[in-house]
Amino acid sequence: MSEHLLTALVDWSRAQFALTAMYHWIFVPLTLGLSFIIAFMHTLYVRSGEEKWKETTKFWMKLFAVNFAIGVATGIILEFEFGTNWSNYSWFVGDIFGAPLAIEGIFAFFMESTFVAVMLFGWGRVNKKFHLWSTWLTAIGTNLSAIWILVANAWMQDPAGTVFNPETARNEMVSFASVVLSETAVNKFLHTITQAYLLGSFFVIGVASWYILKNRHILFAKRSILVASVFGLFASIMVAVTGDGSAYNVAKKQPMKLAAMEGLYNGGENVGLIAIGIAKKGDDAVGIKLPGILSFFATRDFNGYVPGINDLLYGDPDHDIPSTQDRMFSGKIAVDAFKNYKIAFDAGDTVAAAEYKQLLEDNYHNFGYAYFEDVEETVPPVALTFYSFHLMVMLGGYFIFIFAVILFLSLKDKFANKKLLLKLSVLNIFLAYLASQLGWIVAEVGRQPWTIQDILPVQAATSGLQASSVQITFFMFAAIFTALLIAELGIMFKMIKKGPNLNNEEA
Amino acid sequence: MFEALSTSVLQHYWWIIVSILAAGFVFLTFVQGGQTMIGQIAKNDSERSMLINSLGRRWDLTFTTLVTFGGAFFASFPLFYSTSFGGAYWVWILILFSFIIQAVSYEYRTKEGNFLGTKTFDIFLVLNGVLSTVLIGAAVGTFFTGSNFVIDRNLITESQAVSQWTTGTHGLEAIWATYNGYPSFIVNLSLGLAVLFLSRVLGGMYFMFSIDSKEIKQRVTKALKKCSVMFLVFFLLFVGLILTKQGFAVDPDTKIVSLEKFKYLHNLLQMPIVLIIFLVGVVLVLFGIFKGAFKGDDKAFWWTGAGSLLAVLALFLLAGFNNTSYYPSVADLQSSLTIENSSSSRFTLVTMGYVSLAVPFVVAYIWYAWRALTRKKIDKEDIENDSMSY
Repeated sequence: MSEHLLTALVDWSRAQFALTAMYHWIFVPLTLGLSFIIAFMHTLYVRSGEEKWKETTKFWMKLFAVNFAIGVATGIILEFEFGTNWSNYSWFVGDIFGAPLAIEGIFAFFMESTFVAVMLFGWGRVNKKFHLWSTWLTAIGTNLSAIWILVANAWMQDPAGTVFNPETARNEMVSFASVVLSETAVNKFLHTITQAYLLGSFFVIGVASWYILKNRHILFAKRSILVASVFGLFASIMVAVTGDGSAYNVAKKQPMKLAAMEGLYNGGENVGLIAIGIAKKGDDAVGIKLPGILSFFATRDFNGYVPGINDLLYGDPDHDIPSTQDRMFSGKIAVDAFKNYKIAFDAGDTVAAAEYKQLLEDNYHNFGYAYFEDVEETVPPVALTFYSFHLMVMLGGYFIFIFAVILFLSLKDKFANKKLLLKLSVLNIFLAYLASQLGWIVAEVGRQPWTIQDILPVQAATSGLQASSVQITFFMFAAIFTALLIAELGIMFKMIKKGPNLNNEEA
Repeated sequence: MFEALSTSVLQHYWWIIVSILAAGFVFLTFVQGGQTMIGQIAKNDSERSMLINSLGRRWDLTFTTLVTFGGAFFASFPLFYSTSFGGAYWVWILILFSFIIQAVSYEYRTKEGNFLGTKTFDIFLVLNGVLSTVLIGAAVGTFFTGSNFVIDRNLITESQAVSQWTTGTHGLEAIWATYNGYPSFIVNLSLGLAVLFLSRVLGGMYFMFSIDSKEIKQRVTKALKKCSVMFLVFFLLFVGLILTKQGFAVDPDTKIVSLEKFKYLHNLLQMPIVLIIFLVGVVLVLFGIFKGAFKGDDKAFWWTGAGSLLAVLALFLLAGFNNTSYYPSVADLQSSLTIENSSSSRFTLVTMGYVSLAVPFVVAYIWYAWRALTRKKIDKEDIENDSMSY
């Protein structure tokens, strides 16, 4: 395939993946977060037996159902897209990557789909206890599925527990525990899941604040806000803690991503973290810096060394950082050794085969660099990664503050009088969604051009398709997902406008 | 315990698991079949609502089984996953698309503010019912007739796809393909249509089983008779064709794939257990049809359901066992996939073996929850009084 056609295919495949993943991620965090909030409320109902908690639970359940359906709809394509659009990827690492996807299906999806039906239709049909169990199992099921898909994603960023087998020409799993319990996987899961709790909490608080502003369902709204702000404050603090853990881990496993996140070209010791600033093309980002903080985040030492993009491209012998040129050279040695191994193996020359195998193993950590012609190809889009990261972090800090304020005022029963804060709470829903998407942009744009860190770049990972085919499916998905999103929002707004079905309580 | 098994046994074990998931999926397409019958069975909105609500509590089980089938296939036979999904692109994209539009339709169809209107969502349900059953059936038909792809694992270092599909129509050719003058497309289409009509038979039986309405039952039994005849025509045509056609045999020593006359008939006779599973399956399907369409038995669903599970299981075992290529390539016979050359590593098969032990547990809680919700049949009041209804 010519260079030009391949680029178009890779670009459209990436565009389609980005489109479908980002659409899916509009709905998933609300499912993850709201499912637990509903479980808390349902528990309060079963414990107290009070009708008001039943109606509160039911109201949020209805919104949950609308969101859940579109989450499922946008999710199915993501699983199969690895095969349809990234078939080389699926073959090359399917031995590892397929496992978490299968486990997700067996352990999580069946749990979700079985118990969500009982949760929604169980009212009056099943006994109260089993019904409550079902609500909890739905929440646990949704969160279990998040574990497995995030394990899969983390493995792409940090391919642990794996060796390359030249006989089968693919990567094979050697340690399941290393795949599942890698630091990257654990951090990624905790960061993502707590962020979803945060978003779910903002959603509940925002909708309830709107009722207060309209002077409707005041008691219902206050009840909902109290539950959500406790959960939200806890979640927002956890997001910060796990975010720090993620950054530390990225520094170790994906230094190029960290450099892009900070717009750092020329690294060094005692590097400052940019609090607010501007990314520059080819040079360090400028702005207000917190001295030594980046070094601390990356190495747990204020004087620690953090490499910049230039250090990674051109090498820094003082800190044992090879240049990208060297890695490309080493990668080509690995590829040649792989080819020669096959020739020797087929010819029955076991001595030569063993030598080539050793050479391949010694250079395999640079295997993916063989695909590049120019060192610059290994740099992700810096500006997009930089701004996404900084905006996300700023929002994260603001979230902790605002949850603390809301919880404090709610406990004193003063929140309902604060008009401005109520309006802000409605806006916060949008900000939470924004921060959530920004996080994935940092994670996924920041790791370009790799589908598997250092092993397989995007251009070697696609299916053998015409770019025009992928272009057509891109627009198919764009059109249907947009139409379904409009439908979802339309239904949600109508439901919220209608409000909960409260019989003898406040109007 | 799985460590003690040989790699070949593990590959056979995983092929059985994948086959069970496929069989479960076909049984659960009663939801899809039901979706195609709503317009024909319901005479007013209240009946329509009962039919949709009876399926609406089940649709995600079918959906999840498909997703799990995909995941399990990926984990155990990744070369199939990459070759078929990346190659027969348009077939799989259309199947997926039909499930995307299905997933929102139940929840959104009658809600205020749903943008596209109730009619559109109802059309989505019909589209999903027809497209998914026919296309999945046709795709599985190619397990017996072959597809057009070439595999070269060395291409991974050349930035080229390891699995290359050799036709520009990327899978859609299954519905017009011929091979050396043999009309493969008839085999593919007859299986596609057999799955469609089986799903309608099961859908109708599920309505009888789950809804308390004399009028609906009367119309369903009438429809069942027609659908059963259509199913039998296409199913017998399919079975007749594959048992008389040549198949894709693998030499157990040289691994060379070649054509063998009456391969699938030989497989059936050489694997008596598969033959028994198949025959029992067919008998149960027929017995269910007799009970449902002619005796009006509400429980016919379980007979035909269990029968279709067994029959599909047998067909998959027929395609994959006894030194047979389950995903043959007619473009390059030696690229054909077997459970041996397309499987995961031994380590992954063992690890996933332990995961598979969870399956009976999962089936048990699905069964328990299913029963909890269907202890009582759906009737008019039931739908009207439930604020969660679709």
